Amino acid sequence: MTTTGGRVWLFGDNIDTDVLAPGHLMKLPARELASHCLKAVNPVFAKDVKPGDFIVAGRNFGLGSSREQAAESLKLLGLRAVIATSFARIFFRNAINLGLPAVALDVSDAFNEGDAAQIDLHKGVLKNQTSGTEHLFPAMAPALLEILDAGGLMPLLAKQLAAKKLRDAPRHPD
Amino acid sequence: MGLLVSSAQTLVEKIIARASSRGSVTPGDFVTVSVDLAMAHDSSGPRRWRPRLEALGVGLWDPERVVIVSDHYVPAVDAASAAILKDVRAFVRDYGVRHFFDMRGISHTIMPENGLLRPGMLAAGGDSHSPHGGAFGCFIAGFGATDMTAIAVTGETWLTVPQTRRVEWDGAPGKGVCAKDIMLFLCREIGTENHNLVIEYGGSAIAAMSMDERMTLCNMAAELGADTAIIEPDQKTLAHIRAHGGEVEDASLKRWRSDANVAYESVFRFDARSLSPQIAAPHYPGNSGALSDFEGAKIDQAYIGACVGAKYNDLEMAASVLKGRSVKSNVRLLVAPATAKTTERAAKSGVLATLTEAGAILLPSGCGACAGMGHGLLAEGDVCISTTNRNFKGRMGHKDAFVYLGSPYAVAAAAITGEITDPRDFLS
Ligand code: SF4
Repeated sequence: MTTTGGRVWLFGDNIDTDVLAPGHLMKLPARELASHCLKAVNPVFAKDVKPGDFIVAGRNFGLGSSREQAAESLKLLGLRAVIATSFARIFFRNAINLGLPAVALDVSDAFNEGDAAQIDLHKGVLKNQTSGTEHLFPAMAPALLEILDAGGLMPLLAKQLAAKKLRDAPRHPD
Repeated sequence: MGLLVSSAQTLVEKIIARASSRGSVTPGDFVTVSVDLAMAHDSSGPRRWRPRLEALGVGLWDPERVVIVSDHYVPAVDAASAAILKDVRAFVRDYGVRHFFDMRGISHTIMPENGLLRPGMLAAGGDSHSPHGGAFGCFIAGFGATDMTAIAVTGETWLTVPQTRRVEWDGAPGKGVCAKDIMLFLCREIGTENHNLVIEYGGSAIAAMSMDERMTLCNMAAELGADTAIIEPDQKTLAHIRAHGGEVEDASLKRWRSDANVAYESVFRFDARSLSPQIAAPHYPGNSGALSDFEGAKIDQAYIGACVGAKYNDLEMAASVLKGRSVKSNVRLLVAPATAKTTERAAKSGVLATLTEAGAILLPSGCGACAGMGHGLLAEGDVCISTTNRNFKGRMGHKDAFVYLGSPYAVAAAAITGEITDPRDFLS
């Protein structure tokens, strides 16, 4: 599953959920909220980011609240993947659950803002097409790849329910 | 006879082994666990769950094991938040949710207040400060809305078994020093990236602490970046559960503890006697230091609120500083008790009158300004000192406001002088 290159947006350490999805704007519809994503640290990002682009960030990406809108905003903006040196636990789970690949890899120094990148999740390869470097990462747990391949946990759950893997799930009460 | 293989387990490993129906688990194992209790609030829960449940055409796996708390948008400040709250009530009715707390207070404090947490339980909370409940010897961690929806539907989730890091505090902290100071100290000392770890607190200082204070320690495991935190149950734990309508067996004291010879990921030992009041400067809980380093910093607002910082003990600490004193004229002191019962208790004991006589303004119980919602938000350039757990940029209002984090003692002291002040000056 290789895509043609997207542009890289660089961010530092400790990008928190209030910067990704500000608390006081949480009542806004998801797409509007997404237009404020990361504004506090990069005012043009949400405006100029294109589907297929990448975020390359430092340590502890997504720390803070459990709000899924933090990952959802990035997904809605069309990010291909978020690559960070490390992730906060809930953000990582949220991203995978929404079908947004989150890969823990320390490559901030290997990318410049605007570089073209390409990723193959199954092989575990991230390419910087601008500089021509390749960065390997360990394959994800098969259960997580299954979620990503299905486009997120909800589509996977729907598939499993349809396949009657959850035969005894209760029906919606009327 | 062969040698006995050491099967020493930490408390967290025992809980995860039980919940995944395995004899034992090892850190790093990828396991599916069954969830004993699932909590979500008005922001993370029903409004995110309903469309998904409807799309899937399913109900809740077990409405008896679901807790819904309206605490973020309460009380409604506009039509949008009113609609969210209305939808929560409709969801609870339509799906037969067993435990519903509508505007009664903040979820993490509401759960123990109603005896819902027990040692050995594996619980999932749709909020990052769910570790709060680890004070009761259960494994409770925070999850996002999609994870929570899947849990609500299946009663299961996946976990990578975390390692356990033991953090011990011995000795009695001095006057004016409390669990919040311990946490601000730890955010600096062990950092905010304790990824894939559970913090297990222990030591004589923790044994001597009230349950309210233990909740503060566990709550801020979120700031430490840990999966969650846990404290082995003792008599105090059981007494608290029983006094709040919960049922728990004596046998849980022996069953739900780490084995004596267990190998922790690491063990940290600290002396509570040498700890001084701590402050975290804007805009990061790990940006902390001794309060003395920040003395004299001017403040506009003092905020006593949040799950972590407005439990009964917290109000009591603030009152002990404010008793017979008043809030400086150009400073606003806002108090949002964590739950309605907290307000009730403080009203009965006189703590509330002490606070309001000093000039405090009472706000509704709920997340409020801590979540950047409701009342008490900050303007551009405002400086606030707060008993909350996070001071990220923009969290409490304008992105160019400044929030210091401190203990209830420290926040009360700053409200009196209008600047960061050692609260011990006010405690005889
Ligand atoms: S009071 Fe603050 S920290 Fe606690 S649950 Fe509410 S928003 Fe989260």
